[in-house]
Amino acid sequence: MSHFVRRQRYLIDFTVASLGRRKGKNLGLLGVYTLIVFLLASVMLFSQSLRREAGLLLENAPEVVVQRMVAGRHDLIPADYLERIGKVRGVVAKYGRLWGYFYDPAVQANYTLLVPRDRDINNGEMIVGHGIARTRGLGAGDFISFRAASGTTFSFRVAEVLAADAELVSADLLLVNAADFRAFFGIAAGMYTDLALEVRNPKEVRKVAEKLTVLLPDTRPILREEILRTYDALFQWRQGIVFVLLAGSLLAFVIFAWDKASGLSAEERREIGILKAIGWETADVIRMKFWEGALVSLGAFLLGYLAAYGHVFLFDAALFAPVLKGWAVLYPQFRPQPFVDGLQVATLFFFTVFPYTVATVVPIWRAATTDPDAVMR
Amino acid sequence: MPGPYATVKTSCPARAGTVPLLLLGAGLLLFAVTLLDAAWRGNDNGLASSLALVAELGLTDLALFTEARYTRHLSQADRHTAFQDHPLALDHFPSGSLVPPPQRLQQP
Repeated sequence: MSHFVRRQRYLIDFTVASLGRRKGKNLGLLGVYTLIVFLLASVMLFSQSLRREAGLLLENAPEVVVQRMVAGRHDLIPADYLERIGKVRGVVAKYGRLWGYFYDPAVQANYTLLVPRDRDINNGEMIVGHGIARTRGLGAGDFISFRAASGTTFSFRVAEVLAADAELVSADLLLVNAADFRAFFGIAAGMYTDLALEVRNPKEVRKVAEKLTVLLPDTRPILREEILRTYDALFQWRQGIVFVLLAGSLLAFVIFAWDKASGLSAEERREIGILKAIGWETADVIRMKFWEGALVSLGAFLLGYLAAYGHVFLFDAALFAPVLKGWAVLYPQFRPQPFVDGLQVATLFFFTVFPYTVATVVPIWRAATTDPDAVMR
Repeated sequence: MPGPYATVKTSCPARAGTVPLLLLGAGLLLFAVTLLDAAWRGNDNGLASSLALVAELGLTDLALFTEARYTRHLSQADRHTAFQDHPLALDHFPSGSLVPPPQRLQQP
């Protein structure tokens, strides 16, 4: 055993010295290789983390949301729809929700105004999300004015700022009471934005939704499982889109790496010839080249993966923020929770380390099995 | 002045593979640390405030894309949102290229 290990150590020593003779070229390869792994791993870790977070958070979303549709668009829903839903078996609670959007020209940002069910907010006061507080420089006790639907100016006192670590779900939230909400948007007393339902048995949710579409034909029920599926699909879609965008650079790298790994330079052929002439066996030459491929690809994988882990979970995926932000002024500051999917890491490892190592060994096997004299010529 | 039998100190040249192997070992160790870190911190403790807020307010979406209403609440979006001005008004918000239509709209 120790003989085997010693033998491999000597082969590694020789391989490293051989790589060192073409330092610039090999460091360049390692750099590009690392960058490719870094990009792929960053996208993978970030998407996986957000997918897990969305799944965990939205488990608490309403089981069924009922929207009224008018001419294909979401419209306000009358309160008496609640009475009509009351007859559906399995529904244990139902309530109207008031929420809407407000565009603030001062900072060119969209806010989400919402009326909480179980939180008392005084007239003329509001609770603001941490994202808005940061963007507008607000704190508890400050006043903020908005132009209402009627054209009059509403002045709200900031009663509280929502927790900073809940920004992922509340960056753009403004919480007000129902009376202020209705007065601000000019919504009549008997109208809601949509309705939310709680169902006793989760297995009955689909049945309830079916009954709702019969009872209230102008409405559309949105189930929690659909919300969860939407977010699952969103992050798969985005990961896929980034991978497609990266495909060009990936292909360029594959061609570059394949050419570097499989095409032997005259110098390398001469080296193999000399090694064989001084008594190296074919198997030793192949082992030496295997170590070359393994050291470069494993090194690039580890460097790229570790850099990606740091980028996503320590530096909040700073490189992706401009892409996610789009034209949005309000962007939540959040630190993704470190979730690592072992299968995804194993897939990344397999597709980055394995092909390069094989690509290094195959041509060497061909060169190493030929006559040293012919190789050196 | 050294005599004829003076000892001469010779040092073995450092083995070329030592440093790269140590670096690889350190890399593997850090890799293991990331897995432990994910297992240690990757639970929903860090999401406690958000979880409570979602439950209390009945929130349906993440505030990731706040630029347009159909990207802000993409699970609540309707069929017209990407074409809200007229039927040929294609989506012009950058987030629109990152978000697919809601899952239920993709079913026949």
